[in-house]
Amino acid sequence: MSQLHEPDLAVHVEDLTVSYHSKPVLWDIDFDVPPGVMAAIVGPNGAGKSTLIKSILGLVQPTAGHVTIFGRPYKAQRRRVGYVPQRSSVDWDFPTTALDVVTMGLYGQLGWLRRPGKAERAEAFAALEMVGMQDFADRQISQLSGGQQQRVFLARALVQEADVYFLDEPMAGVDATTERAIVDILRTLRNQGKTVIVVHHDLQTVKSYFDWLLIVNVRVVAQGPVSEVYTASNLRKAYGGQIALLEAETFLAEKPQGEVVPMSGERT
Amino acid sequence: MEFLLDYTIQNVAMGAALLGIISGVLGSFAVLRKQSLLGDTLSHAALPGVCLGFIIAGTRDMGAILAGALITGAAAALFMLVLTRNSRLKTDAGLGTALSVFFALGVVLLTFIQNSGNAAQGGLDSFLFGQAAAILRSDLWVMGGVTVVALALVVVFWKEFKLVSFDPVFARSLGLPVIALEVALTVMIALAVVVGLQMVGVVLMAAMVIAPAVAARQWASRLETMVVLAALIGMASGILGAVISALGRGLATGPLIILAASAAVIVSLMIAPGRGLLWEAMRQAQNRRRLRGARVLTTLYRLAAHHDNPDYPAEEAMVDAYHGVGTTRVLKRLEARGQIKQVQHAPEMTPHWVLTPSGITEAERVLSELGKQEG
Repeated sequence: MSQLHEPDLAVHVEDLTVSYHSKPVLWDIDFDVPPGVMAAIVGPNGAGKSTLIKSILGLVQPTAGHVTIFGRPYKAQRRRVGYVPQRSSVDWDFPTTALDVVTMGLYGQLGWLRRPGKAERAEAFAALEMVGMQDFADRQISQLSGGQQQRVFLARALVQEADVYFLDEPMAGVDATTERAIVDILRTLRNQGKTVIVVHHDLQTVKSYFDWLLIVNVRVVAQGPVSEVYTASNLRKAYGGQIALLEAETFLAEKPQGEVVPMSGERT
Repeated sequence: MEFLLDYTIQNVAMGAALLGIISGVLGSFAVLRKQSLLGDTLSHAALPGVCLGFIIAGTRDMGAILAGALITGAAAALFMLVLTRNSRLKTDAGLGTALSVFFALGVVLLTFIQNSGNAAQGGLDSFLFGQAAAILRSDLWVMGGVTVVALALVVVFWKEFKLVSFDPVFARSLGLPVIALEVALTVMIALAVVVGLQMVGVVLMAAMVIAPAVAARQWASRLETMVVLAALIGMASGILGAVISALGRGLATGPLIILAASAAVIVSLMIAPGRGLLWEAMRQAQNRRRLRGARVLTTLYRLAAHHDNPDYPAEEAMVDAYHGVGTTRVLKRLEARGQIKQVQHAPEMTPHWVLTPSGITEAERVLSELGKQEG
């Protein structure tokens, strides 16, 4: 076995640079996550949040830098990593069922030539139960709502029984109930000592959901415990002009709510 | 039915059935991976290979011709990949470019051979639209062998092909060799094209890859069902085309096979339960009718509420005016459902309507549901 590099860190990223058509998407990223935390990656659009996850998972070829998971390169640690891609990355009109999609999470452990059998289907069903989707096991995935599709994706990562989970915008475009359910499941994972890393788009909820934070905008702006890193100056550094959107939240609370005049009577 | 015993017709029907099976199975993956055009490009790109195979062998040697077709088909796929990976061209533009470049090359080579005075070149242009009757028993063995190999690969690597078609990114995160699997699928489609060259020709082969899969997709809710169904539809179209062309003199087999497969597509698009256009239209009509009923009902309810009188008789002309259209039919439907009833409101002679208790309950249910959606 080769020597371990930073074995005490769940994820260790060093000098990572990724470019697309000679334009840097990520520049010289140093990023560490200790085990057992629930970490958020935030940043403005085009900041390279998804690319960061994808290059950690070897889905994007970095120009420079290296990544280790618990001290070893990703390739050696695949079994310890679970991944939830963006929901929009697949065509949900594919002819398959929710249970079948979840079973796909086990294909890596199954290896070549072996088919998923009763045991695998039972595992997948248990994962569907964890996300509250057991009643939809045999449902065509095209008939699921966005939130339900997201839960199916989460269940597929749960069957991987990983130590580190990467989730790409799991709360994007889902209803409030699903968001709460997802957060609860992620917390459970963290309380079991697993590491959860989430690309997140909603700054309002960072403080209540997460305990570790990376603010990124091509470069690393700040990282560390949420209580230390989630500051107005850090966010302003990352979001620049867009920060107005955030501060508007404080203004809104002071202004009286605009009154909505309900339409009454029949209109055609 | 005597003609079914004819040796040539048996050959043609068996060849068409094999072609239908292999293109149905592999076409399913191509369609789901949004690469329907890939079949088109591969088949058109087979033409220069056919010509090169002929030039090198110096005669119409089937082995050389099919090998040539496979090689230039693969070259076109590679050309497309290089184009899209290294430029800003999107896949459809890359496929289109590869198709036209290779097909033009093929036509140039074809005319060159035809004008070269080589006596053996006769009938080489039959590869454009296929010449099923020229199929020999020995060709069937080749086609059968290719089909068996492709089917075996699909069965052995079923879960890998499924995952790569559904979610290639996740497949890579699991460590699957996604590129190798995609290349394998592409090469197998090229094989299917080669199988179909003699039968339907390079121009129509694409339809054979796409049509059975598209038809099957309409009926299937699982990949397993879709692939089996596509194979059956492909096989049935093949045999049907072969039989029809045997019945009618001088009808080309290849195009008939394609027409049979296309008919399956049209029927499936129309009537497949849940996804068919007819079902969709019926659902929409039903929805529209339900909505119109609900709107008229709530109008009556609001009128009654406004007048503080649950038995308020609303004049039909007034309801018409509210909705800007004649509502007689809607009112009759509501009456049939027992939600309203017609009354006379002397001294007026025009029809008037009042809500029944069940109509009031229904109107309140509709309104409270609307409130829920808005809240």
